[in-house]
Amino acid sequence: MKSAVLVFPGINRERDMARALTLISGRAPAMVWHAETALPAGTDLVVIPGGFSYGDYLRCGAIAARAPIMDAVRAHAENGGLVLAICNGFQIACEAGLLPGVLMRNAQLKFICKDVYLRVERSDTPFSRGYNAGQVIRVPVAHGEGNYIADADTIARLEAEGRVLYRYVSPDGALDPAWNHNGATNAIAGIINARGNVLGMMPHPENHVEAAMGCTDGRGLFAGLVEHLAQAA
Amino acid sequence: MKARVTVTLKSGILDPQGKAIEGALKSLGVEGVASVRQGKVFDIELSATDKAKAEAALKQAADKLLANTVIENYRVEVTG
Repeated sequence: MKSAVLVFPGINRERDMARALTLISGRAPAMVWHAETALPAGTDLVVIPGGFSYGDYLRCGAIAARAPIMDAVRAHAENGGLVLAICNGFQIACEAGLLPGVLMRNAQLKFICKDVYLRVERSDTPFSRGYNAGQVIRVPVAHGEGNYIADADTIARLEAEGRVLYRYVSPDGALDPAWNHNGATNAIAGIINARGNVLGMMPHPENHVEAAMGCTDGRGLFAGLVEHLAQAA
Repeated sequence: MKARVTVTLKSGILDPQGKAIEGALKSLGVEGVASVRQGKVFDIELSATDKAKAEAALKQAADKLLANTVIENYRVEVTG
């Protein structure tokens, strides 16, 4: 799997992501600076990592979404290339028009930094084939603006088309407002685009991939991507 | 030429920051505050001297960057 991790000023999760990708795919990703206008030839997966690009000025992800490299990312996605957008990356992907909706301030106004439980809604996508449908995984979140909203038509379409891949749930997999930490519409933690090759999610699977981290539930996402690309090749 | 672009949340969009400000105003004893919605103001200086051109440029700025029209409305005023 040939991956590229985008680097914007103010991003801080790119090294965690590079470590996870190297560990699971066996190949270090290219680190691609935001001012570049092209991705390395043959890139299979573009990762937009988490952090605080441009200090969250204007709106989270708004300025990064207009960076020169983003045209290349849009072209990559239009050609069917995979894009994984985590946390600030999810915000950037929404601002860039790669995914619908917006990540608003958490409903309780607090920055949330803790492990959460996610239910994997389906396992027949490149971004979730490493899990079983209905499986509950534990991964960390660290965000102040993760409250996903979109207009009612968009939400209805996401649900009808099965594009909600990850949802905030209780440890036993039940939908419960008490476990929907940021107040996201329908407890949405992660969605894919209509074509199914772009995933945006607020939680950080890259931070639960080694025993030393106390949990390896995040590995499945990356292992699934590696498997998908190996089969496609 | 000077201009102001005002960006506000669309009605119906939950505004937790506005709610927090509303709560703080109430706890400060400011009377008669029914609700608060917060937004952003951009004061922009333009080299254009033609008002119509200035308004077109500001509209473009708001659509492309200053506002996220999924959740926000904006108003453009050329102020002089």
